[in-house]
Amino acid sequence: MNFTKLIIKEVLHRKLNFCLSLTSVAIAVTCVIGSSVFLRSHELNTKKIIKQKEINTKERVKKLEDDYRKITKNMGFNILIIPKEQNLNDFYADDFASKYMPENYVHILANSKIVTIRHLLPSLQQKLKWPEKKRTIILIGTRGEVPNAYKSPLKPLKQPVNPGEIFLGYELHNSLNISTGDYVTLLGKKFLVAKNYDERGNKDDITAWINLQNAQQLLDKENKINAILALECSCAWADLAKVRKEISAILPDTKVLESQSKALARAETRNRAAKEAFAALDAEKKHRTNILNEQKKLVMSFIPAVILAAIAWVAVLAFGNARDRKYEIGVLRSLGVKSKNILFLFLAKAAVMGLAGALIGLAAGCFIGLLFVDNPGFIKPDTGMLIILCSILLSALTTLIPAVSAAKQDPAEILRNE
Amino acid sequence: MRIIAWSSIHSSMLKLTNIKKSFIKKEETITVLNNFSLNVEKGEFTAVQGASGSGKSTLLFIIGTLLTPDNGEILINGINPYNLNPEKRAIFRAENIGFVFQQFHLLPYLSVLENVLTANLMVKNKNAKENADNLLEKFKLKHRLNHIPAELSIGERQRVALARAVLNKPKLILADEPTGNLDTENGKIILDFLKEYAAEGNTVIMVTHDDRAANIANKIINL
Repeated sequence: MNFTKLIIKEVLHRKLNFCLSLTSVAIAVTCVIGSSVFLRSHELNTKKIIKQKEINTKERVKKLEDDYRKITKNMGFNILIIPKEQNLNDFYADDFASKYMPENYVHILANSKIVTIRHLLPSLQQKLKWPEKKRTIILIGTRGEVPNAYKSPLKPLKQPVNPGEIFLGYELHNSLNISTGDYVTLLGKKFLVAKNYDERGNKDDITAWINLQNAQQLLDKENKINAILALECSCAWADLAKVRKEISAILPDTKVLESQSKALARAETRNRAAKEAFAALDAEKKHRTNILNEQKKLVMSFIPAVILAAIAWVAVLAFGNARDRKYEIGVLRSLGVKSKNILFLFLAKAAVMGLAGALIGLAAGCFIGLLFVDNPGFIKPDTGMLIILCSILLSALTTLIPAVSAAKQDPAEILRNE
Repeated sequence: MRIIAWSSIHSSMLKLTNIKKSFIKKEETITVLNNFSLNVEKGEFTAVQGASGSGKSTLLFIIGTLLTPDNGEILINGINPYNLNPEKRAIFRAENIGFVFQQFHLLPYLSVLENVLTANLMVKNKNAKENADNLLEKFKLKHRLNHIPAELSIGERQRVALARAVLNKPKLILADEPTGNLDTENGKIILDFLKEYAAEGNTVIMVTHDDRAANIANKIINL
């Protein structure tokens, strides 16, 4: 006969008490493991989903970029460079800049190693009254394209206006009955009508183009311009922010406006679509992370409650067991069994219960995970060992007070009061 | 393992000198034993009688090293067990004293053999199983070795308790109303054994209300 056998025999005799305690421990451990499996599974699924979405999003964006590359291969976009101090409200209202900048700016730009702009057209524009014809017109002084110093020269995009010549918009030549080859006087200076444009249905129809130098003389703006038009900027993928940055670095006194074009609009759309795709992905990540955090909060409040309830139940059963075994303890003490041996009987039984409950709980928790969860995220072996150890320790600690109480009982008092 | 070697020099097995024991119940001090002295020789069978509350069980527990007296000295074969620390006192009790209770106090989940062998929990005698078998055969319980107490008659239970008490051949047996719940026949079996045990040179102290049981003893003490 030894103490181990005594413990086993007592457990088998008081099966209900032991099973109730064991069940309590098992339920607590099952809840811990089950919650962990669910949370881990959610985390794994989230990672899987997000990873797949990331791959899909990147593939879609790449395809989008390829498609746009094909569509806009030969397209460019136009930008307008105006003085920095120009009020944009006034600019959009008047349709020309009222502030001026040196004509030299266009040469600075052309001579720079700017990579995004290819065609530079300086101009001096103003809305004025054509006194001789009593007509309000838009006068544009233009010089034609300034070649980029660092790029191979291309055929100019705009046909330059020679000094002494004038090009007229449709409304002007049509209403004033002016034909090419005629001479007209503008602000006291005589010009040869070199070209009459067809109807365009916009402000070009009331525009007159003359040579830039002629315009500067007429408007008394020597060596001044109020706009640089950059046409069909290279590479459809030019980032407007990059363009602005490049120009700001070269001409800090200017600002850049984009002149709407299909390529630009499409590039913007493409960028927006890509941004929205990634934003949606981020939102999905955040959403799932929020859900996971909410679930974790719930688990963090639920699990401690379950553990506390299990501890309370085990403690109640332990006290009951100690009370039921009062006379046994008295007899064992009369046989020479020491207090610490009595303590051992209770704590060892509690440890066995904790171990058995933990093992059952682990198995049950994992089983629940397999049954109800896709892609269950099982805990690591060392975490499982930790849970078992905690279960044993908690069970022993819970039983400590009733065990100590039992060990300290006065055997004479017990046996006397039989 | 015996921690104290028995000396054959002492003929006195038990010597109580001016033992005093009081209890406090509901703020009232009740003195149960007041300067009680007793001397019991080896091989004596002593019966202790007295009215309820006279201190019989208290005396038994003090002798059995389960209850520390407030005053006085107790010597069991020349050794004062209350001078030992609790652990050594427990060992002393296991090796030298056997208890027999009125209510038997068998462990309900152990078999007859296992109950008897609980006396060996602290002693670790290698011959314990053989001794237990012999005792149970002597008490005509050989055919009940694997039965639990609930399956035994009252008389059989007391015989098991007696076998447990004498397994380690203690020099001192303390019996508290051992025949209190038994019929005449079973009571006789118990008393005959105790008398025989005392005749072998061991000391038996028995608390009893039964005059017939008391008359079997060598000496009767009235409290």
